[in-house]
Amino acid sequence: MAIVAAPLGCFVVWRRMAYFGDAAAQASILGVALALAFSISIFIGVIVVSLTMALLVTGLSKQKYAMDTLLGVLAHCALAFGLVVASFLSGIRIDLMAYLFGDILSVGKNDLIVIWGGVAVVLGLMWWRRSPLLMTTLNPDLAHAAGFSPKREQLILTVALAIVVAVSIKVVGALLIVAFLIIPAATARSFANTPEQMMILATIFGGLSVVGGLQTSYSFDTPTGPSMVCLAAVFFVAVSLLKTARKRLS
Amino acid sequence: MNLIQVSNSDVYFRKNRVLHDITMHVDQGEIITIVGPNGSGKTTLLRAIIGAIKPSSGQISIKSGLQIGYVPQRLYVDETLPLTVRRFLCLPRPVSKGVIEIALNNAGAGGLALKQMTELSGGQFQRVLLARSLIGDPELLLLDEPTQGLDQTGSASFYKQIESVRKTLGCGVLMVSHDLHVVMASSDRVICLNGHICCQGAPGHVANAPEYQALFGSGTEGALALYQHEHTHSHDHEVKT
Repeated sequence: MAIVAAPLGCFVVWRRMAYFGDAAAQASILGVALALAFSISIFIGVIVVSLTMALLVTGLSKQKYAMDTLLGVLAHCALAFGLVVASFLSGIRIDLMAYLFGDILSVGKNDLIVIWGGVAVVLGLMWWRRSPLLMTTLNPDLAHAAGFSPKREQLILTVALAIVVAVSIKVVGALLIVAFLIIPAATARSFANTPEQMMILATIFGGLSVVGGLQTSYSFDTPTGPSMVCLAAVFFVAVSLLKTARKRLS
Repeated sequence: MNLIQVSNSDVYFRKNRVLHDITMHVDQGEIITIVGPNGSGKTTLLRAIIGAIKPSSGQISIKSGLQIGYVPQRLYVDETLPLTVRRFLCLPRPVSKGVIEIALNNAGAGGLALKQMTELSGGQFQRVLLARSLIGDPELLLLDEPTQGLDQTGSASFYKQIESVRKTLGCGVLMVSHDLHVVMASSDRVICLNGHICCQGAPGHVANAPEYQALFGSGTEGALALYQHEHTHSHDHEVKT
């Protein structure tokens, strides 16, 4: 999961979509509540809500609202509605904590298949479309001139984000998934010269955070998801200090 | 042979009619400069030609299989995105180091392959954009205000580069200029645009006259020319806000 979050996270940083990621994550709670209410797969519930959110945002962004206001409104609405729906279902409250913060021990075999499947799809998509996505990020007209459709690339990115959020919700939880997208990417920036280098380095940092986080949570009995994010943050701080030290010395 | 033919086209952008009844064409190997005040639709015309906007009426036909090299008006590389010149030139398709060197040299940006895009000066950045548009041996270059941010000498130097590119590759050039009166001296035609076509003609060649030296200085070496507008109608060519 960290492997796929990293390249996508790079694009989230480059396109300044962090707010969007947060919005998708918060909206996913609504997806969870609805899925539980109708007894369908959590994964499907979350994907449907994430995609609806994405389409809503793309559609409404043509009007006068600023993007972050819009996302804030939609995201918190979805979260609130999700919590209200959940309150009608008795006995769900404890489970909801698991979806907010992740509960890696509750991940079963079927879940793993879905996660690996989602990971493979998104990873393949990211690598295959990385040049068109880069061009669209730099300048949409440049992409047009090369024969690509910026709208289609934006859609691909949005779908990928929705899939990653849906797939990761059980592992790291809705509140922290965006941290996993952004922190490894930000850490990798200092060492990268090309976009591909940044994506690969972000994957490495992400992977180390996951492994280290699991180890920490096992040894010190800390919650898994947050431990992984803490480790990612430690890496980020360490790299930033290194960079400042390098600058002072040269 | 017409590379591009625009016939009676109207183009709308965000509910405003930006272009009205535009008819123009670009022939093989021609250099055409489009001038006009801000808001006149120059960039919109280029965007319609590359297919980013569709005209609401009329037709834009492009010779089939035409290879176009496009330099956009604005390109901003964010601090968060590490991008070397070489990687930039490999968008969308990877090309060999040799091809990159040739393109950079043709554009007057030799030796910059390993630099970060964010480290380049204004002039270097524009030349790298030009270099990218040269990859794939284009028949036509579409340049949107390529000399914005450059001073007179910088502009003249860039125009000379474009001329040498035309000699080497034999391509045509459709260029939007931000300056209403000073254009590239080797333009075959200048089109004045302000929502519609106001006038067309050839720039005045005054390169050898002492008046030229007085206006532009000797550093520009004949690369710039004055375009005399001849409007058969009158309306305010004011800057639209």
